[in-house]
Amino acid sequence: MSLGHATPATGELSTARRAVQPVRRHQLFHQPSRTAFWIWGSAVMAALGIVWFGVTALEFANPYFLPSPGAVWTAGYEMASTGQLWADTSESMRRIVIGFLISTALALPIGLLMGSVGRFEAALEPFIDFVRYMPAVAFVPLTIVWFGVDEGQKYSIIFIGTFFQQALMIMDNVKRTPLDYVRVGETLGLGTTKLLRRIVLPSSGPAIWDTLRISFGWAWTWLVVAELVAARDGLGQRIVVSQRYFDTDRIFFLIGLIGVIGLVLDQLFKIAGRALFRWSSTERG
Amino acid sequence: MSAVRIVNVTKTYTTRSGRTQALSPINVSFRPDEFTAILGTSGCGKSTLLHIVAGLEQPSTGHIEVNGTAVSGPGRDRGMVFQNYTLFPWLTVQQNVEFALRDLPMSRRKRHDQAREYLGLVGMEAFAAAHPSELSGGMRQRVAIARALSYQPRVLLMDEPFGALDAQTRQGMQMLLTRVWEEHRMSVLFVTHDIEEAVCLSDRVIVMSRRPGAIKADLAIDIPRPRGIDTLTSAELNGYKAELLQLIREEADDAQTAASAKRAG
Ligand SMILES: Nc1ncnc2c1ncn2[C@@H]1O[C@H](COP(=O)(O)OP(=O)(O)OP(=O)(O)O)[C@@H](O)[C@H]1O
Ligand SMILES: [Mg+2]
Repeated sequence: MSLGHATPATGELSTARRAVQPVRRHQLFHQPSRTAFWIWGSAVMAALGIVWFGVTALEFANPYFLPSPGAVWTAGYEMASTGQLWADTSESMRRIVIGFLISTALALPIGLLMGSVGRFEAALEPFIDFVRYMPAVAFVPLTIVWFGVDEGQKYSIIFIGTFFQQALMIMDNVKRTPLDYVRVGETLGLGTTKLLRRIVLPSSGPAIWDTLRISFGWAWTWLVVAELVAARDGLGQRIVVSQRYFDTDRIFFLIGLIGVIGLVLDQLFKIAGRALFRWSSTERG
Repeated sequence: MSAVRIVNVTKTYTTRSGRTQALSPINVSFRPDEFTAILGTSGCGKSTLLHIVAGLEQPSTGHIEVNGTAVSGPGRDRGMVFQNYTLFPWLTVQQNVEFALRDLPMSRRKRHDQAREYLGLVGMEAFAAAHPSELSGGMRQRVAIARALSYQPRVLLMDEPFGALDAQTRQGMQMLLTRVWEEHRMSVLFVTHDIEEAVCLSDRVIVMSRRPGAIKADLAIDIPRPRGIDTLTSAELNGYKAELLQLIREEADDAQTAASAKRAG
């Protein structure tokens, strides 16, 4: 018996399983195939695009409320050609990266300790849970009082909106470390630090990465919120300026761009996660 | 000198729902080259006892001695194989074994070779580069045994290591463990609730009474070594089996009488 033989064998197994599937009486919990994802996903997007195009081409809607796809594209092209779009995008990216890193750098050790050392959990969980339920937007006026409209204000909104969630989620990820893994480490005579570094952290790595991916999405939203309220530049601020000049087509383009950037970053997180934690995907079978 | 001595050990768990006495006073010692099976019905405190010997759990009273010295926590003089699969899924088979050798003063090369040697001992060196998820349950337990043996502990503690395996694989594992042990004699405490497994593997079977666990019987198993697959069908094995079955059945009957008395009362 060797691994070389194992792979075709499991291949046969899965085709056999597929052949049996029609016997099932329901359609629940079938994992869609990659092709199904592409076909259905792009069909829905295309359908919505066609509706949008149709509605504007037939002038059902006032272009001030709903600009046509062409107008939106042209507005985007204009902003890009002056270099302004790139400047705003890179400014927003810089803010999100710094804000997210500050938040993560603190949430990671704190979440790790809360998940593994009872005293930390007891001390911090009630407080963090409390702050977590205060909406980050409600802090905007306060952050402006503290930081003005400087960069610090952007970071602090990202931090308030991200850190507390991250810490709690990482705590939860860490808690799911199987007790027996830790016991193995104990029988080898490992102390607290080594147990955390060699067993708890790697074991909860994939889940923590997922937490980071999800919380990055939230951080992105908080950044735009912060920029909408007070900033000199950035994608969020550009939306506010466009509104002032009644450039609805620009607003459409910017909102779309923010979504696309978020989607791309999310995919990058996923790809990096798969590369970093290759063992985890095989673990799930 | 005994490899392990259990002195007046008791254990009472206190939880929200009350106190559970898992072990009544236990006194027993194990020789350095002795393979002992600890046999008992489910919930009688076998895992608790083994965890106390491993240092993973503190006894409520009493203490443990390893090679004549009292110990109060886990240490590398004892190795443990768990009932659940405990290989680290993020490491390869080779790395899993090397994990146990990491803090020892040896070169990388030596660590690699020593891990490989123990994988060879359990017939798993061909899978050194595989991840645990690619292995069957029996293979995972073989690697877990290699990991526990690799740093050469004085005592090997095994908590129903073959409990999750099918009968066929289980038998293979018993033969493998017998062969490994006969080559590398050491003190083994092997927890099981399978009578046949207890007899075919060991020199001595300790029967525990139901909770709070105490030692009910201590039986020497005089079946000549080396043992093999024939041992499983030998007349001696069947004799011991009958004797142990009787002892275990008494425990189960007692439990039933106690339960029905409680229901009636
Ligand atoms: N951490 C714990 N807290 C409270 N009670 C416990 C704890 N661990 C074990 N017990 C109780 O102690 C008793 C003995 O448990 P133990 O796990 O040692 O039994 P066992 O003989 O290993 O059983 P099995 O064969 O099912 O593994 C049981 O009644 C169990 O409920
Ligand atoms: Mg047990």
